[in-house]
Amino acid sequence: MHLKYESTLREPLVDGVKDYHQVTEDIISPIEAKPGKLWYVGLVISICLLCFGVFSVTWEVYYGTGVWNLNKTVGWGWDITNFVWWVGIGHAGTLISAILLLFRQGWRTGVNRAAEAMTIFAVMCAGQFPIFHMGRVWMGFFVLPYPNTRGPLWPNFNSPLLWDVFAISTYFTVSLLFWYSGLIPDFATVRDRAKTKLRKLLYGIASFGWTGSTKHWQRHESLSLVLAGLSTPLVLSVHTIVSFDFATSVIPGWHTTIFPPYFVAGAIFSGFAMVQTLLIITRKILGLEEYITVGHMEAMNKVIVLTGSVVGCAYLTELFMAWYSGNPYEFAEFYKYRAAGPLGWSYWIMMSCNVISPQIFWFRKLRRSVLVTFIMSIIVNIGMWFERFVIICTSLYRDYLPSSWIYYRPAWPEVGFYLGTFGLFFTCYFLFAKYFPVIAVAEIKHVLKTTGKSFKEDMEKYEELPAEQFAHDVAHH
Amino acid sequence: MAVKKFVVGSFGDEAVLFPAVKKVRTAGYKIHDIYTPFPVHGLDHAMGLRETSLHTAGFVYGITGTTTALSFMSWVFNVDWPLNIGGKPHFPLPAFIPITFELTVLFAAVGMVMTFCYLCQIMPGVKKHIFNPRQTDDKFVMVMEVTARSTEQELTSYLASVGAEDINTQVAEEGWWYGRFDREENLQELDPAAPAVQA
Repeated sequence: MHLKYESTLREPLVDGVKDYHQVTEDIISPIEAKPGKLWYVGLVISICLLCFGVFSVTWEVYYGTGVWNLNKTVGWGWDITNFVWWVGIGHAGTLISAILLLFRQGWRTGVNRAAEAMTIFAVMCAGQFPIFHMGRVWMGFFVLPYPNTRGPLWPNFNSPLLWDVFAISTYFTVSLLFWYSGLIPDFATVRDRAKTKLRKLLYGIASFGWTGSTKHWQRHESLSLVLAGLSTPLVLSVHTIVSFDFATSVIPGWHTTIFPPYFVAGAIFSGFAMVQTLLIITRKILGLEEYITVGHMEAMNKVIVLTGSVVGCAYLTELFMAWYSGNPYEFAEFYKYRAAGPLGWSYWIMMSCNVISPQIFWFRKLRRSVLVTFIMSIIVNIGMWFERFVIICTSLYRDYLPSSWIYYRPAWPEVGFYLGTFGLFFTCYFLFAKYFPVIAVAEIKHVLKTTGKSFKEDMEKYEELPAEQFAHDVAHH
Repeated sequence: MAVKKFVVGSFGDEAVLFPAVKKVRTAGYKIHDIYTPFPVHGLDHAMGLRETSLHTAGFVYGITGTTTALSFMSWVFNVDWPLNIGGKPHFPLPAFIPITFELTVLFAAVGMVMTFCYLCQIMPGVKKHIFNPRQTDDKFVMVMEVTARSTEQELTSYLASVGAEDINTQVAEEGWWYGRFDREENLQELDPAAPAVQA
């Protein structure tokens, strides 16, 4: 009898009759097998996109940021939009692994590894946009506080843009450590199963010599828990700081106090959508339907409908405050230029994708449909991209001075750069899916006995007994 | 590093392992270690292991980060280069909070992971003896050291009596060393001069 009892009414987290060895077999064997045709096709497309991105960026660095269609009015365009979007995507990974770990949500185990990997790759993509936005990228190290030959002139610690530097780099480092420390035991599993010398060598290095000693596991658990405790406020702080880039300015449409929670909710919303997109593809290609179940997707869809509604609430609050504040510039910004101006189409795409469409997840049937979830995840990603575009561009293109009003559309190097980050993201993800255990093997084994399907079936006979009988049986099992 | 002799027994289920650990300890035998494929909650208590103080170390690292950030920024803005930026104060505490928080988290996380690796003595290039290749898959492997007080036969039969399967004796170098997992190392050949501690 296991120490923990979980009701059979709850859906099993692992379908099918599994023992520990079968779990290892299911998750590790894709690493050992030859990748399928789809994998090669996906990887080649991703690498092509990546190359195009590198070309666009090289073009931009060579000729200067003038090749982008940015101008004095719209100084932040696609690049900063993409930065905020990618950072937002990264948030679901840490949310799933850290916050849900603290909340003791068992369903995180099936999806956390892939979600954390997504975080790392998304932050890698995000970080490039502000760096290349600087124009003279080789001067990028100026943001680092180090004793220098310029004065000594230090960076401005009051500036939200510098806070961003610290926030994003800390976020990347901590996520990487969290992800990798979780991977060490699973790499050891791959190493000990390895048949070829090369695999044994590489996974031997990657696993740091992990043996699975009880004392090590005890420290490992302590480490994961504290890292989760540290990452939880970190997730909230990073996107809060990103929102400060806007909220501490004086641009109508930007300097609102609702930005921090609104950005965080939006980040989780788009992050979960991206996790859904990736996991639906991953579970299909690697045949992991028993580990990433419909129940997992339903749980994530619930988060999507919650955060989507929070974001919707924030949009309406902004509209209300623009009217209620009595500030003519705020009013004009929200009602005339955002909802009805020349860029108004982007506002309505945002509204329909983010506020209206996720509401279909109130219906259980749609929440549990793989196809609907997949389509919705793409819609939400598009919607959230437009949210960032709306915030940045529609606030800028009509400023205080009507003579500088302008329309903004991107140039090809801006689009190419964006596509390039997709290439980078998916190249990394495809390599991850092939060479890394996509599901946290040790964590699945940890919850298998209490939440697996076979265990729940064994427990069914107890469910019908009265409580006293159940307690007696447990005590004498 | 000393080469020692171990009796190794494996268990297929943690439900068998727990009572076995208790019995072995009550009988007065010392367990060298138990290797499990996943963290088995309560096993450390059953084995009588001390709580880890890794989280305390994390707290100390975090405080170090907080202090570093606050003192560094105040020194820069007040002592080293007091620059007037738009008439803002030289010690704007609210504006210092984001960076202070980030550095606290960064120091705590990096410090803890490094301490974790140090305490467990793991890092790339480290090799340890794997008593059973399935200890990272599905077996719970209990390892007992053959000492002056316990013979190999005694330990073997005792392990069998508490429910262990495929019990065998292995000569192994305890601790860690630089090495590669793709190379088989025969320890007796490595160090023939050091005989295993005889029963």
